[in-house]
Amino acid sequence: MAWRIVVGLKDGVKDARGERVRREILEHLGYQLKSVRTLDVYTVDAALSDNEIEQAARGPFSDPVIQDVAINRPLASGFDMLIEVGFRPGVTDNPGRTAKEAIQYLTGRPFTAGEGVYTSTQYLFSGLTDKAVAEKIAKDFLANGLIQRWTILAADDLDPQTGVPVSVPKVISDSLPQVQSVDLKVSDEQLLEISRQGMLALSLEEMLKIQQHIADPQVVAERQKVGLGAELTDVELEALAQTWSEHCKHKIFAAKIEYEDENGNKETIDSLFKTYIVGATRDIRKAMGENDYCLSVFKDNAGVIEFTDDWSIVFKVETHNSPSALDPYGGALTGIVGVNRDGVGTGMGARLIFNTDVVCFASPFLEQELPPRLLHPRRIFEGVVEGVEHGGNKSGIPTVNGSIVFDERFAGKPLVYCGTASIMPRMLNGKPCHEKQVQVGDHIVMTGGRIGKDGIHGATFSSEELHEGSPVTAVQIGDPITQRKMFDFLTIARDRGLYNSFTDNGAGGLSSSVGEMAEDTGGFEMHLDRAPLKYPGLQPWEILISEAQERMTLAVPPAKLEEFVTLANEMDVEATDLGMFTDSGYFHCLYEGKTVSYLAMEFLHEGVPQMVIPAKWQPQVLSEPEFGQPQDLNGELKKLLGRLNICSKESVVRRYDHEVQAGTVIKPLVGVANDGPSDAAVFRPLLDSFEGVVVSHGICPSYSDIDTYHMMASAIDEGLRNYIAVGGDIEHVAGLDNFCWCDPVKSEKTPDGEYKAAQLVRANKALYDYCVAFGVPLISGKDSMKNDYQIGDTKISIPPTVLFSVIGKIADARKAVSMDVKRPGDLVYLLGDTFDELGGSEYYAEHGELGSQVPKVDADSALKRYRALNQAQRQGLVASCHDLSDGGLAVALAEKAFAGGYGIQADLRKVAAPADLREDKLLFSESQSRLLVTIKPGSQEAFEALFAGQSCSLIGEVREQPELLVTGLQGQALINAPIEQLKAAWQAPLREM
Amino acid sequence: MSKTVKAIVIAGNGTNCEREVAHACKQAGAEVADIVHVAELLAGRVKLKDYHFLNLAGGFLDGDDLGSAKAGANRLLHARVAGSEQSVADQLKQFVADGKLVMGVCNGFQLMVKMGLLPSLDGSFTQTCTLTHNDGGRFEDRWSYLRVDPDSPCVFTRGIEGLYLPVRHGEGKFVTDSAATLQQLEERHLSVLKYAAADMSPTMEYPANPNGSQAAIAGICDPSGRLFGLMPHPEAYVHYTHHPRWTREELPEEGMGLWLYQNAIRFIREELL
Repeated sequence: MAWRIVVGLKDGVKDARGERVRREILEHLGYQLKSVRTLDVYTVDAALSDNEIEQAARGPFSDPVIQDVAINRPLASGFDMLIEVGFRPGVTDNPGRTAKEAIQYLTGRPFTAGEGVYTSTQYLFSGLTDKAVAEKIAKDFLANGLIQRWTILAADDLDPQTGVPVSVPKVISDSLPQVQSVDLKVSDEQLLEISRQGMLALSLEEMLKIQQHIADPQVVAERQKVGLGAELTDVELEALAQTWSEHCKHKIFAAKIEYEDENGNKETIDSLFKTYIVGATRDIRKAMGENDYCLSVFKDNAGVIEFTDDWSIVFKVETHNSPSALDPYGGALTGIVGVNRDGVGTGMGARLIFNTDVVCFASPFLEQELPPRLLHPRRIFEGVVEGVEHGGNKSGIPTVNGSIVFDERFAGKPLVYCGTASIMPRMLNGKPCHEKQVQVGDHIVMTGGRIGKDGIHGATFSSEELHEGSPVTAVQIGDPITQRKMFDFLTIARDRGLYNSFTDNGAGGLSSSVGEMAEDTGGFEMHLDRAPLKYPGLQPWEILISEAQERMTLAVPPAKLEEFVTLANEMDVEATDLGMFTDSGYFHCLYEGKTVSYLAMEFLHEGVPQMVIPAKWQPQVLSEPEFGQPQDLNGELKKLLGRLNICSKESVVRRYDHEVQAGTVIKPLVGVANDGPSDAAVFRPLLDSFEGVVVSHGICPSYSDIDTYHMMASAIDEGLRNYIAVGGDIEHVAGLDNFCWCDPVKSEKTPDGEYKAAQLVRANKALYDYCVAFGVPLISGKDSMKNDYQIGDTKISIPPTVLFSVIGKIADARKAVSMDVKRPGDLVYLLGDTFDELGGSEYYAEHGELGSQVPKVDADSALKRYRALNQAQRQGLVASCHDLSDGGLAVALAEKAFAGGYGIQADLRKVAAPADLREDKLLFSESQSRLLVTIKPGSQEAFEALFAGQSCSLIGEVREQPELLVTGLQGQALINAPIEQLKAAWQAPLREM
Repeated sequence: MSKTVKAIVIAGNGTNCEREVAHACKQAGAEVADIVHVAELLAGRVKLKDYHFLNLAGGFLDGDDLGSAKAGANRLLHARVAGSEQSVADQLKQFVADGKLVMGVCNGFQLMVKMGLLPSLDGSFTQTCTLTHNDGGRFEDRWSYLRVDPDSPCVFTRGIEGLYLPVRHGEGKFVTDSAATLQQLEERHLSVLKYAAADMSPTMEYPANPNGSQAAIAGICDPSGRLFGLMPHPEAYVHYTHHPRWTREELPEEGMGLWLYQNAIRFIREELL
């Protein structure tokens, strides 16, 4: 039988969770409720005695100091309306899993198959009587219908004896495992229908290629030897669809692009990835010669560079956009724990040291009506932030760097970039740790979580735009604790040499992980029926491609298998032997002894036809705005400080543990009141050493509306100057590119495909040009190419967005520099020239304009500047350093001043700029490669000597009086504002989020 | 046992701060600071009795899924050590009876309170206090000033007047089961640490008091002063580069958090070796 254990706070104990829900309902939906209280419900479906249930209820399930418990009776009273929210069957229920384990410890008896604990939350409302409103609160705020279900009861509806009726969300399936064959000898139209119906995201050309392959008599003959027919099985077709998906194969970056520029010059680009990304790194590494610090690039789950003589750094950034659009919390959480598996699963294994997160949303204060299936940006904001919070905090990984970028078009698809860094020893048991090799005869062992229907078609789903039929099974919820337990186990297994290779199970599940590892040996044989399932009823193809989380696949040599499994069991980690790596040349899966897939490895990995994409660049016809210089520049500055892209993100940053592991030397919040905006993070991963890892990023999608070439160049420069600002070494640095694009392939749905593809080409050209110019190798990256929303006639495409992440080192973290001014009397220097470059700027956006003069990067002078600044930092000359980005000079001055708690006096006549540049443009231009530095007056000579012949202007000084004073070109007071006012304007917008 | 101070830090099932706690123990002079996975304790290969100083580190035991450290407490109380009828909690009680030291930080403090190890006013290990959701309803990472009760029997805080340490928690609000318990904590000087305003007076004002704790309590000890739990993280301030304002203030090499570990190790050398 099933029991309901209800746990609630005693009278007089403050219900902080309920109070937060009440507040957020008011903020999100505008309903003013008298009070909200919350209860936790455990539905226990297991053979237990009354006494055992009582023990569980009074023991692990409740806190005797503050909580009351009721078993199979209601605890709710004194309310008007009750809403209970629980998970749908099959959705990951982490507290339910923990509750089950707790009972097992109590009774000393494991649950039998099918027994379980399910959790739900009861919300008790006072001041809410309208059921329609309750339904809206449930649907639009408390629950996500894709993964949760709810019960609404008015006070009178609740049975005083039994309470809310028991309901057990157990997965019940009577479907028997069955392998279907698929007839591909059909018309083109029917082929496309098969792809659409099956959520395969395969194009006609790809379907034809498969049709042709399976019609080959030799292929048929080989298949017959293993008992398969002349038709593909559903297992095989699904495996092909996963492997060939845009998500896994990056077909757009691998495509042949027929590019034509604005002058009619034509060129064919055979793979953007190989030409510009791999090409840049190849050329840079060649130039570095003996000083090349790259260890593993592009081939593994993450990139690896040297750190110290004994350790290397591993870095990877992923996106998790599509799932976050459907379920922001689960999507972001899964994104974090997923990229963590990449970080761990590189080479022979690494230890996670920090996360980064950059997200792009529409304004949370958006008031217009949204098209169907889109969640309100505020909900996305809240859900994603909570997902990042849980993903990092619970895993013990500090979140040290990030951004929130706002643009209305991100209502169509939010972008969620999750980054993670880890460290690994240079050598492990005598071999380089960043390398691994599967051996023929190694066992295929899966560890960690079990397989369910979660995440099925995640890879093919994210390879399409968000549409009406987007599958709910694509949504998953991560489980940081199961993963943490697995990582603890794998670290020990690595050091004991218990496996030869491993990788994570992400997109495409076992199909991808085993399929990719088997490229080392040239084949495998895997028994799908041996895989541990969350619940019965999965089809063989579902087992193969499920993206259920927290799993890694390993290659374990036969001699180590027993030791491996024993260690896993002891550490409470599931490990299952699924088969063997072979050199058969085949992707061979069996179910209950019968072959269900037999695909040539070569066809699977090399068979996908290369796309051909047309691209034509035509610059937009744009002009500069015509408004004159505003009278009140104090007001303009305050407005800019209060813009979403500039304002303080402190309320979010504080929710992320940015200090766990005790290595964060430059924190995200710095200055006299611990609330100034840091440019980058410095992290000390080895507690007995002062060598530091430096991480930063650049992202500027607003420039894409003018020219993606300069958007890309600016993103690279922004990432690097943030990195340099805190003291990162320009001679030991690497980049990671994450492209998020709207569909650039011309079609009926995307008539402007040629332009979007040309934007992509131009961004890639800049990526090559500037990485080579700065000498920054790219070590890893990812692309997400279908960030569009299309339902009916409504189409929303995101602005082309590239996150350029930067990682490197600082030899001595004690030489790191923060952005806040330090003391009155210090001299303020502006490094770099200011130009009439306000196209795509925050200042123009505030005036409703785009403009045309987008910032351009002069890499040669920037590189000289960054090298000189490194010198100055090493010599201890730099008291503070802050980069100029959104909002330009005026915003950077204001931030430096209020973060440090002192005033600044600066003179625009001293700014290096064209003589006729208007004062408002001097203040707000977003010209690149500029930095503001303060130094002690005594350091003036040494500092200026380092910048001899460079653009380095002494523009003012730090003052005791807490005011920002900027003198105009006529010597007049242009800006004079108390720093407290400026700070208040900067802190106001998101303070309460 | 030789003249070496041996510290143990328990890891596993969601503990996160084990490495920096072990580092702090070493920095403070412990010759041994072993990070031991709880599976090793449950397998019986490692025994608490071989150590002097038990550290229960911060983290999210079992995700804090049933309330902070609840499931973790349940495991230590009920899971049997292989080949014995003892639980880890039984070993722990013996450890305490032997006069040894225990410090729980953050999740470790929550674990001690929920197992009844703290404050243990009558020595019976029944739970009389708890740590619950912050008044703000959210996790927060921020640095706090802490006032030390100079009359406390706590061995960890001897000679310390005040501290500045980070708090990083969502469930740090300290609550007692009754006014009587609170009164005893105060009268017996067991409420060792209190969140303080800039003038170092205890405060109920957010954000100086980050969670709304009763009587601004941030850490407590048992009547012997050898069991100590606190929400702030001393292991996160053992060097000046941990301080959020180290780039603008003149600070000594050693961070304030280290003092607590140094006191523990001094006590062990003087009393237990």
